[in-house]
Amino acid sequence: MKIFNTTDIPKTDRIQHLLDDLFAKMPEIETERAVLLTESYKATEGLPLVKRRALAFEHILENIPITIRDNELVVGSATKAPRSCQVFPEYSYEWLEAELDTVEFREADPFHISEENKQVLRQVYPYWKGKTTSELASAYMAPEAQLAIEHNMFTPGNYYYNGVGHLTVDYGKVIKIGYKGYMEEIEAQLSKCNVYDADYARRHEFLESALISCRAAINYARRYAALAYEMAQKCTDAARKQELLIISKNCATVPENGAETFYEACQSFWFIQMLIQMEGSGHSISPGRFDQYMYPYYEADINKGILTREFAQELLDCIWIKLNDLNKVRDAASAEGFAGYSLFQNLCAGGQTEDGRDATNDLSFLCIQASMHTRLPAPSFSVRIWNGTPNEFLIKCAELTRTGIGLPAYYNDEVIIPALMSRGITLEDARGYNIIGCVEPQVPHKTDGWHDAAFFNMCRPLELVFSNGMDKGVQVGLKTGDVLQMTTFDEFYDAYKAQMKYMIRMMVNADNAIDVAHAERCPLPFLSVMVDDCIAKGKTVQEGGAHYNFTGPQGFGIANMTDGLYAVKTLVFDKKLVSMADFKDALIHNYGRGLTPKAAKLATQEVVDNLASMNKPVTKEQIADICRMFLEGTSSQEDIVRYDKLLNMIDDLPKYGNDVEEIDLFARDVAYVYTKELQNYKNPRGGIFHAGLYPVSANVPLGEQTGATPDGRLANTPIADGVGPRSGSDRLGPTAAANSVAKLDHAIASNGTLYNQKFHPSALSGMEGLQNFAAYIRAFFDQKGMHMQFNVVSKETLLDAQKHPENYKSLVVRVAGYSALFTTLSRSLQDDIINRTEQAFNA
Amino acid sequence: MENYLKARGRIFDIQKYSIHDGPGIRTIIFLKGCALRCRWCCNPESQEFDIQPMMFEGKEKIMGTDVSVEDIMPVILQDVFYYNRSGGGVTLSGGEALLQPDFAPHLLHACKDSGINTAIETTGFAKWETIERYLPYLDYVLMDIKHMNSTKHKEFTTQSNELILENARKIAESGKVNLTVRVPVIPTFNATPEEIYDIAEFAASLPGVRKLHLLPYHRLGQGKYDGLGRPYALDGVDLIPDKYMKILLETANKSGLECQIGG
Repeated sequence: MKIFNTTDIPKTDRIQHLLDDLFAKMPEIETERAVLLTESYKATEGLPLVKRRALAFEHILENIPITIRDNELVVGSATKAPRSCQVFPEYSYEWLEAELDTVEFREADPFHISEENKQVLRQVYPYWKGKTTSELASAYMAPEAQLAIEHNMFTPGNYYYNGVGHLTVDYGKVIKIGYKGYMEEIEAQLSKCNVYDADYARRHEFLESALISCRAAINYARRYAALAYEMAQKCTDAARKQELLIISKNCATVPENGAETFYEACQSFWFIQMLIQMEGSGHSISPGRFDQYMYPYYEADINKGILTREFAQELLDCIWIKLNDLNKVRDAASAEGFAGYSLFQNLCAGGQTEDGRDATNDLSFLCIQASMHTRLPAPSFSVRIWNGTPNEFLIKCAELTRTGIGLPAYYNDEVIIPALMSRGITLEDARGYNIIGCVEPQVPHKTDGWHDAAFFNMCRPLELVFSNGMDKGVQVGLKTGDVLQMTTFDEFYDAYKAQMKYMIRMMVNADNAIDVAHAERCPLPFLSVMVDDCIAKGKTVQEGGAHYNFTGPQGFGIANMTDGLYAVKTLVFDKKLVSMADFKDALIHNYGRGLTPKAAKLATQEVVDNLASMNKPVTKEQIADICRMFLEGTSSQEDIVRYDKLLNMIDDLPKYGNDVEEIDLFARDVAYVYTKELQNYKNPRGGIFHAGLYPVSANVPLGEQTGATPDGRLANTPIADGVGPRSGSDRLGPTAAANSVAKLDHAIASNGTLYNQKFHPSALSGMEGLQNFAAYIRAFFDQKGMHMQFNVVSKETLLDAQKHPENYKSLVVRVAGYSALFTTLSRSLQDDIINRTEQAFNA
Repeated sequence: MENYLKARGRIFDIQKYSIHDGPGIRTIIFLKGCALRCRWCCNPESQEFDIQPMMFEGKEKIMGTDVSVEDIMPVILQDVFYYNRSGGGVTLSGGEALLQPDFAPHLLHACKDSGINTAIETTGFAKWETIERYLPYLDYVLMDIKHMNSTKHKEFTTQSNELILENARKIAESGKVNLTVRVPVIPTFNATPEEIYDIAEFAASLPGVRKLHLLPYHRLGQGKYDGLGRPYALDGVDLIPDKYMKILLETANKSGLECQIGG
């Protein structure tokens, strides 16, 4: 057995300075990339697109300002100001053009932009009209799919307006052989091209573009070598001067050549990571199994005595901070769905080697420590757990969870490996998997997974069953018949399945249209160099060059649909306690409740706009009346009594999340309505569709666009999070909830599932608390759960739990040597715990 | 009994994911009925054997239900993965599990049949012959020693302590189970270094006993007294400050046992 050094390493002053500087100012939008890109595109019109992309990349890297920030040991910045961003008009630009004056003042993820830069972008943008991926995708998309998007059945917005990203390249290989090594491979392939080959044109152009891209990356690093040297000459602080000279030497060596030391490997890693995000705007560029490909350099240097564990830690901390130096501006609506400036750069530790042995090493522990030191959202830190994971590793992970930053996310090898193999991936490749973005498993540097391909709201098709396919007066879905004429639950359920199937097909159409647009307008030769088998196939990733190709759109709303369909089955068909007409009426009238303030405001606006378009102006008083009507509802007292009776009946039914076999197996079936249907479709890169079951944070904004559902959920309120039970309906504590979730078929959702659990830090206190917590995760994984992450709740959450106890029925807190469900405690005791938490968080 | 799965008893609650009543992650079965009436009792609804109503969140809740061993085993088995991974299992609590000898030992027996670790949380107030029926199916006994002075014990719990102390020694000497002594630390009753030390010294004299838990007084159960329409005897009694608990812990440590605050 391996013995690991688990002792903590203190955080250095340098790391604190870097952290302070990172957050000193609001992020900015910088414009150099957009200007240089446009210049290059204008100069290369008529050339093959892949070459134009490579030449633009080269032009950008030769001319974009470069910066070495104070105290940095690992260098390379895409922007002059920390945590700022460049923009990517080749994907879409209209939204930013419209939001230039408001982007600084919005609530979610604001960015500063100078008046001068606004002007620059306004000059650049006209060139891009008609040339973006989003415009081409719209042209390719079927009108009925566009209609479904307009009616919020699903949203493929992420890739519609941005790059795809969601990839892990071969970091290990670049670090080992450098771009020079890659260039030799590319040249060897070029020499094999025959002018008479059928695919000569595309293959040859791609390989030449790949060479240009590699050279551009090497030259960009050399600019940093020169800058560091220049700064060293001017530097009066002897220690910093020495550091700058080493930085200069590192950048002159890597990523051109293979790294000789751990420090060089770190610098090489960082250039790869940031340059991918200069070429395209896709997020979730995931470093993957960092502890595996970096370990040989760490081990060698430690053995040679030229590296200490402490310095290795400091370098890791520096990289963790650099990952937060990158940023991306999204449109206002998307920013709400992805709030927190997140780029989802997922970095993974632990798991197994390709030959099935435990892969945990000393660096795995240093990765945990780096997240403890920096306490930043990036990297999204994941750990792979399997039956052979050392306990000390899991315990160290639990310590990180206890800090309350929501990291790490835990993944179960015992489910993910067979799940990937069921999709045609080899055993060795499956064992080498890493996580992309939020929760998506895939094989590093061999996969174009198109994860996160769309958010599919499983609640909306049920609304269409009640309306015979109509939404807001338009036939959006299928005509599945008058719901009032349905005589059996099977008939009703079949109608739901038919609406689901239809909407899945619309989503496939939309995704595939966008997919083709990316291949045609934004192939990425630099990224493709580092993904197998692009060089061998002579194709970019976007054209299907990767070894494995998938499209993975994620469905959500399982808990609502399970409880809702079960309510219809039991109350309408089995027990006949309520008629379908009454149920439909209750849903239309939102169970007699008014709308949420936000929804009421939007609905009022719609009415006012409609009236205005009919030339019927309204007074302020009338607007207030309309708004009040939406806020309070218009149901009579008699109706409200009837609706309340129905809500009580629904409330008394068993719910998903309480370890009730009958309903949990029903949930499994409801999830199949999405996951099994999706497997039937193919993408233009030669791969298949497969499902994820997770909403990121879109269950809130997309819930706002969803009417009342038969599980008693009110209109416009959030949809259940991930594969978890509806908030507040799991009433029997964390084991019962996890047992229910484990009864879903996670393996078929091979694009990932997401299960959030809430704990109070006190439940993890002491070594015993950590051990029980670790056992809890292992027991969930024994039952074939796939993923778990923990919200170790803060004071704010506890205050909210006091206000809305119905949402927190399974929240466990520790009370003076006892654990208890928070909401069952007396008010004064709750206050007590809240005050204690505050102390704990201030400490 | 011919088929012990049919044995019936009276419980009032089942609590999952309990991590402070025996090792690991446990399911606690609360049995109804107790011979003591401790003033600080946090489960007053457990004391009467009779099924009774209690007001909870404005609704009347019936406390107590009669179940057979085979009724509750499926509920216990739901969390078997958690017991396996954490070294946890089932704990019988109460009320007083020793007062249902025609049910509780059979339930423990069924647990052992399924390879589940068992524990009992008890006052120890029962005839030795009764306790002997439980021991073959028990891995852990968590037993309260509340006070060494019998008069004071009787004053605060309605029962004297001789039988309890005698049983504690017999359980320890049986060598069949792992015995942990627990002390509810109650202001006005036993929360002085002298009284705690006396208990710890006694516990240390029991063969095989290594651990002692000091359980600080809490008011978790206060609302239930209202729900039952009963006065709360310790109304106005303050919680024990953490600092003072640490002093008591140091005192208890002098006995040589491994002592801790909380279960």
